[in-house]
Amino acid sequence: MSGFSQFIMQFINGLNIGSIYALIALGYTMVYGIAKLINFAHGDIIMVGAYVSLICLNAGLPWYLACIISILSCSAFGVIMEKFAYKPLRNASRISLLITAIGISYLLENAFQLIFTANPKPYPSFIALPALKIGAVTISANYYITFIISVVLMVVLTLFIRNTNMGKAMRAVSEDAGAARLMGINVDNTISLTFAIGSALAAVAGILYSNCYSPINPTMGSLPGIKAFIAAGLGGIGSIPGAVLGGFFLGMIEAMVKAYISSQLLDSIVFTVLILMLVLKPAGILGKDVREKV
Amino acid sequence: MLKVENLVVKYGMIEAIKGISFEVRDGEIVTLIGANGAGKTTTMHTISGLIRPASGTIYMDGQDITKVPSHRIVSMGLAQVPERRRVFAQQTVEENLILGAFTRKDTEGIKEDMKKVFERFPRLEERRKQLAGTLSGGEQQMLAMGRALMARPKILLMDEPSMGLSPLLVREIFRIIEDIHKNGTTVLLVEQNARMALAVADRAYVLETGKITLEGTGSELAKSEKVRKAYLGG
Repeated sequence: MSGFSQFIMQFINGLNIGSIYALIALGYTMVYGIAKLINFAHGDIIMVGAYVSLICLNAGLPWYLACIISILSCSAFGVIMEKFAYKPLRNASRISLLITAIGISYLLENAFQLIFTANPKPYPSFIALPALKIGAVTISANYYITFIISVVLMVVLTLFIRNTNMGKAMRAVSEDAGAARLMGINVDNTISLTFAIGSALAAVAGILYSNCYSPINPTMGSLPGIKAFIAAGLGGIGSIPGAVLGGFFLGMIEAMVKAYISSQLLDSIVFTVLILMLVLKPAGILGKDVREKV
Repeated sequence: MLKVENLVVKYGMIEAIKGISFEVRDGEIVTLIGANGAGKTTTMHTISGLIRPASGTIYMDGQDITKVPSHRIVSMGLAQVPERRRVFAQQTVEENLILGAFTRKDTEGIKEDMKKVFERFPRLEERRKQLAGTLSGGEQQMLAMGRALMARPKILLMDEPSMGLSPLLVREIFRIIEDIHKNGTTVLLVEQNARMALAVADRAYVLETGKITLEGTGSELAKSEKVRKAYLGG
C-alpha cells in the first residue's frame, strides 16, 4: 500500500472515530449549555444504548427495532437521571453536581457489571452493506455508515435548534434561564428535552461504536466518554458546532498519532493536547467569549 | 388586576420582603419607588414566579397565582421587562421579539404585533438582523420592552427601565411607557428615578428595606416632605 493510500486510510479512521466522538460531545455540550452541568455519566449512556440494542438483537428483533428501542430507552433514562439526580441539586454548588454525575457513572457501570458480568460480549455487526472501494482504499460499510448517520444527525440537530420553538427555547435557556422563564418558557421541560436528545445521540453513538468495535463491556463508555468530553472542551463547551469540530479534530489526531507516532502513547498525546488547549485557549476553538455590552 | 397581600420573601435566613401589600387596578400605572436594596426587584421576581414567597398571596384578576409556575403566569397576561434588560445577546433582535411571543400560537397576531413594535421602535427595525448584544444600552432597553409587549400582556411589569441611560433617553423611555399605558396596558413600574416615576404614576408606593412606608397618588407623594428629602433630592 502506498504512503498516500495509507494516509487516506488513516484519514477515514479519523473520520469514523471522530464522528462517534462528535455525537457524544454534542450531548455533553448541550447539557452543559442548558444546565451548566458536566454530565460525567453521559459516556455511560452509550454503554446502556449498546447493551439495550444487544439484548434486542439477541432476542431476535430486527435491527431497526433494536435501534429504536435502544434510542428511546436511553432518552427516557436521560430524562429520569436528570429528574432524580440533578434536578434536586439545581441550586447546589457545581461541585456537588459534578460528584453526583461521577457517582451515577460508577453506579451505571457497576450495575451493568452485576447484571451482565464484566465479560466482554460479542456484538453482531448488523450493517450489512457492501464495502466501498476507491482505488487502493477499501472503506467498510460500518465506517461510511457511521460517518453519514453522524453528519445527518448533526445537521438535523442544528436545524432543530435553529428553527423550532423548542430549539429556540433551548437557546434562550442556555443564555439566561431566568429571562427565558419571563418569556413563558418552561425551563424544566426544556432541560428534560435536552437530556432526552443528548442521550438519544449517545445511544446512536453506542450502537455505531459497537458495530465497529465489538465486543462490548460495561465500562466501554468511559474512555470514549472522556474523549468526547475533551472534544467538547476543545471545540468550546456549550457550542454545538464546537462539539462537532472538536470531535472530528480529536478523531483525526488519534488516527494520525496511532499510525505515525505510537499507538501506546495515543492517550497521553490526546490528553496533552487538551492540557495545551486549556492553557492556551481556555474557551476552546469556538468557545464564546463571555463579554457583554452594558 | 394585580393584588399582593402580606407578601414575605426570604433568602435563607434573611427576610428581604417583610409582609407588603399593594395593588394595581385595571388601567393604572402604579410605581414602586425605593432605594437600592429595598426589595423592589425581589418583589418583581416574586410576582413573576421566579422566586417563591415564604408567605403571602398574589392575585391576578382575582385568581391566586402565588404557586403558578412562571411560564403559565406569562400566558395569563403578565409580562415583565427585567432589571438590566436581560436581552438574549447571542440572538438577533427579531429572534428576541419572537421569544417574547413564545406562549402565543396566533402567527398572524404575532406578525401584527411585531409590526407594531417596529413602528414604536424604528431603531429596532433597522437592526432586526443584528445580534442583541451589539445594541446600545438604550436600544437594548427598547428591545426588552418590545419583547415584553410581544406577549400581548394585560399588565406589564417594568423593573428599572431607566437604569444606566442618559437623561435624554430616560425621558424617551418614560414617554414610551405612558404611550404603552394609553394603549390599554396596565403598568407596574419599579424605579430608582423617583421624580420621573411619580410624574407618570397614578398611584405610588414607597418601599423601604422590605416594607411599604408610604402610599398615595403620584402627585401626593411627589409633594410629600419625606419623599422629597429621601428620593427627590430636597
